[in-house]
Amino acid sequence: MSEELHEITLRVNGHDHAVAVPARRLLSDALRLDLGLTGTHVGCEHGVCGACTVLLDGAPTRACLMFAVSAVEAEITTVEGLSQPDGSLGPVQQAFKDCHGLQCGFCTPGFLTTITAGLEENPHPTRDEAREMVGGNLCRCTGYQNIVAAVLKAAELR
Amino acid sequence: MTTKLFGTKVPRVEDDRLLRGQGRYVGDVFSGQDALHAAVLRSPHAHARILDIDVEPVLDVEGVVAVYTYDDLEDAMGEPLPLLIPHPTLTHGRTQYALAKDEVNYAGEAVAFVVATDRYVAEDAVARIRVRYEPLPAVVGIAASRAAEHLVHDDVPGNVGARMEQHNGDAPAEIAKAPHTLTLDLDVERSACTPLEGRGVAARWDPDQQRLQVWSSTQTATGVRAAVAAKLGLDLRAVDVITPDVGGGFGVKINHPWPEELLVPLAAMRLGRPVSYVEDRREHFVASAHERAQVQHIEVGFDDEGRLLGLDVMFWHDHGAYTPYGLIVPIITSTQLLGPYKPRAYRVVFESIYTNTVIVTPYRGAGRPQGVYAMERTMDAIAAYLGKDRTEVRAVNFIQPDEFPYEHGLVFQDGRPLTYDSGDYPASLEKIKQLVGWDEFPQYRKEMAAQGRRVGIGLACYVEGTGVGPYEGAHVHIETSGKVKVATGLTSQGQGHQTVFAQLVADELGVRFEDVEVVTGDTRRMPYAVGTFASRAAVMSGSAIHLAAKRAKEKALRIAAEALEADVDDLEITDGVVSVKGAPGASISLGTVAVLSNPLRYAFDEASKSATQFAVGDPDKPPVAPGEEPGLEGKDFYSPERSTFASGMHAVIVETDPDTAEITILKYAVVHDCGHLINPMIVEGQIHGGVAQGVGGALYERMVYDENGQLQNASFMDFLMPYVSEVPETIDIDHLETPSPLNPLGIKGAGEAGVIPSAALFASAIEDAEGIEITAMPISPSDLFTLREEHR
Repeated sequence: MSEELHEITLRVNGHDHAVAVPARRLLSDALRLDLGLTGTHVGCEHGVCGACTVLLDGAPTRACLMFAVSAVEAEITTVEGLSQPDGSLGPVQQAFKDCHGLQCGFCTPGFLTTITAGLEENPHPTRDEAREMVGGNLCRCTGYQNIVAAVLKAAELR
Repeated sequence: MTTKLFGTKVPRVEDDRLLRGQGRYVGDVFSGQDALHAAVLRSPHAHARILDIDVEPVLDVEGVVAVYTYDDLEDAMGEPLPLLIPHPTLTHGRTQYALAKDEVNYAGEAVAFVVATDRYVAEDAVARIRVRYEPLPAVVGIAASRAAEHLVHDDVPGNVGARMEQHNGDAPAEIAKAPHTLTLDLDVERSACTPLEGRGVAARWDPDQQRLQVWSSTQTATGVRAAVAAKLGLDLRAVDVITPDVGGGFGVKINHPWPEELLVPLAAMRLGRPVSYVEDRREHFVASAHERAQVQHIEVGFDDEGRLLGLDVMFWHDHGAYTPYGLIVPIITSTQLLGPYKPRAYRVVFESIYTNTVIVTPYRGAGRPQGVYAMERTMDAIAAYLGKDRTEVRAVNFIQPDEFPYEHGLVFQDGRPLTYDSGDYPASLEKIKQLVGWDEFPQYRKEMAAQGRRVGIGLACYVEGTGVGPYEGAHVHIETSGKVKVATGLTSQGQGHQTVFAQLVADELGVRFEDVEVVTGDTRRMPYAVGTFASRAAVMSGSAIHLAAKRAKEKALRIAAEALEADVDDLEITDGVVSVKGAPGASISLGTVAVLSNPLRYAFDEASKSATQFAVGDPDKPPVAPGEEPGLEGKDFYSPERSTFASGMHAVIVETDPDTAEITILKYAVVHDCGHLINPMIVEGQIHGGVAQGVGGALYERMVYDENGQLQNASFMDFLMPYVSEVPETIDIDHLETPSPLNPLGIKGAGEAGVIPSAALFASAIEDAEGIEITAMPISPSDLFTLREEHR
C-alpha cells in the first residue's frame, strides 16, 4: 500500500517550492522537513500553543492544523521571512532582542509571526491591546512581561 | 574593552540566530537528510501484565524498517534502566525497562518501538501492533498507595520505596513542653515542567569509524553519553553526545537515559541509518515526568512570640511508578523546608511511595515549593493563632546575618552538611514589605471593601541551595586570530549561558565580548561535566570558566612579558592587546601571543612565520619550556565543598471575586538575593518565567488522573498553562546582593527562584482575602467556591 503523492507548489517567503507530499502531510511538517525551513516549530500539534504559527496571505495560521496541500493558493510567510531585505533583523525580531523577549526560542517564531500580523492590523497598540495580541500563544520561559514590552517596542521600530 | 561587563545588561548573543529561525533543535538535526523516524507504542493501561505482543501486522506496512519489543533487546539493554542516584534509605528502588518486560506500571510506559521512513508511517505501524494485556488494579494517588490494598510492584511491601528520617534536637520533646502547639495537614497536587519543546533524540552511526553520534534535548550530555555507552556496550570514546538548542527543560530533561535515548542510537547502529525521534505533546504528558504531589502532616510547638521550639514533619511523596532519580525531590523538600528559619529542634520523616502513574523527577524548584509551602503555611498558622502580623512571626525566627555559616545539623541533597553560606533575611523582609506596601495594606483593604471588593495579601520566604557539585569544568582557547573559544560541558536550555559566560571571559581576559564564543553540552569539546539542574550553571560553569580564563591569561602574560621584555606585573590586556602599562608603544596582540605559544615547524600564513624555528626561540633551550604546553589555552575545574544558598521573598496582593471566586493578581513583588548578578536582565528574565510557572502551579495546573490511572488532561487544551492573560502584568523586583564566600565570583544560582514560593504565597494571600484556611494547592475558582460553601 503506497501513499499517493500530490505534486504541489508552496510559495514561501516569496519563493516557489515544488514538493510531492501525501494528502495528510501537515503544513508544519512540509515546511520543516520537505522545505528545510525549521524555524517553524511544533509545540503541541493541536493548535493550542501557537509555536507553529505562520502567515497565510498575512493572516496568522496554525501550520499544525492545516494540510500542506491546502496551502497551495496562499502566500506563506515563516519566521525566516521576517528579516529586512538587507539581512538585518526585522522590527519585531529586533524588539524581542532589545526587550529580552525570548529565552529558549522555541515558541518565539510563532510570537514573531503573530505580532507581525497584529501590528499590520493595529500599528499602535495600547498595553492592553499588546497583551491581547499575544494572548493565544504559549511561552514557558519568559513569563510574557518582556514579550508584551517587545510588542510595544516593535510598534515604535516599525 | 575597558568597561567591566559583569553586572551589566549585555544583550544575548543567542538571540540573532533564534530570532531568524536559525536555531537548531533536535527535531531539526536531520532536516533535509534521508533519516528514519521512530514512534513508540505505549501502554494504555496504568497497571497490567503483558500476555502477548503481535508485531506481525506491522511488517506489511510499507515504509516500516524495524520494530522492537523487549525480546529484541540484548545484554545491558535487556536490564532495567539505571537508578541514577542510589541512597541507602531507598530500600525498594525500581526502574523500568527500555521496553516493558512482562508488566506495565503506568499508562504511557514504552512497550514497542517502530522505525519507519517517516513519522506518519511509524505511527500507522504502532497502531497495528496487537498487545494482549491482563489489566491489574491501578494504585492512583497518595491515599490509595498508603492504604496498599493493591501493590504497584509485587515485591515492594506497602508501596513504600523509601523511608527516611533526619533530625536535629528532640522535636517531639520540645513540642511536648511548648506553650502552644498546632497541627497542620496539607496537600500539594501534581504538575509538570512542560517545556514547549518535548523530549527528542537523534543518532547516527558511522560504520567506518565505529562511532556513534547522538543529539539529545537533554540537560546532561555527559550523563547521556555514559548511559548510552554502558547500555549499548560501546567504549565511551566511541560515543559523542551533542546538545543542540533545547526548547526549555525546567528539570524534566535531567532524567536520563529515557528509553528513546537508548532505542534511537540502538536502531541507528543496527540499521546503519540516521534515526530521529521527537515525542508529541501527549507523549510528553504521559511518558516523561511529573512532580510536586505530596501529603504533609506538621506538628509545631512555639512560644508567645511565635518562635519555633519544635517542628515535627511527616510527609508522603508520590514518586510514581519508578524511581530513576532516587530521592532527590523528597530530600530537598525535607531539608529546604527550613527556609530562613532556625527551629530549636526539627525532625522530618518522609515516605517515598509508588503509584501507577508517570514517574516523578525534579521540576524547577525540585521539592522546594512543597517544603516552602509546609513551612510558610505553618508560619501563617502560628501568626493567626497568636494574633500577630505574619511578618513578625517570620522575623523572630530568622537566622541572623552574623550567624553565617549556619549549620542546620542535617544532610543536604548533595550528601554534604546543610550549611548556609551567607544571607541577610531581615534586610530582605524590610525590602519586600516596602515593595509590596505591607504596612499600608490594611488601609487599602478597607478602601477596596468600601467598593465591595475583596483583597488579600500574602508573603512567602525561601532559601534555595544552588550550585550543587560535584564539579564543572571549562576550556578556554585563544586562537591565533585573537578570537577566544570557550567550552563547558553542562547544557543550555535557553538561560543565556553563552552570553553570561562570554561576559566572564571578556572581563577576565580583557578581550572584546564579540570575540568570545562559548559552546555548551558537547562531549567532543568538554567530556567532563555533570549537567544543568539545581540552579547550578552560573555558579559551577561560571566559576570554572572564570578560573580557566585566568589560567589562559597567566600564560598569555608570561609569553607576552618575554616578547616585550617586560615584567608580568607591568602588563595589562585591553581589547585583546597586551601592553606595558604607561608605555603605549610596547604592545602585542593576544593573537600574536597565541602564535608565539605554539612553536612551529611549518608556517601556514604571514603571522605564523614568526613562530617557526629560524625565527624564534633560544637555540639552547627546548622550544616548549619544561612544564609548559604548546598553545594558548587554559583549562580548569570548579568543585566546591558544598552548595551556596540563595534566598528570596515574594509578596502578592490578590482579589477574589465575591460571586465567581475568580482569583486576580493585583500586585506581585519579589526580593531576590543570588549574590552578585552577572547579567541583571537575564536574572530578571529567569524570575519572570519562574513566577509565571508558579502562578500556573498555584492556580491552574494539575495532573488529573482518574481512578484507573488515566491522565484526563494530557493536552494543552486541558492542562491549563498560563497564557499572558494569567500572569501579573508587571513584577516589581528588588535585588539584595549577599555574595557567596564559596566561589571566586560571589554568585549564587537564580534559575529556580521565581517558582519556589508560589503555592505558599497564593495560599497565604487567598486565606487572607477569604478568612478560610487554605490547606490544598493548587486552588481553582471552583475549589475556592466549594470551600466557601463548606465554610458558610
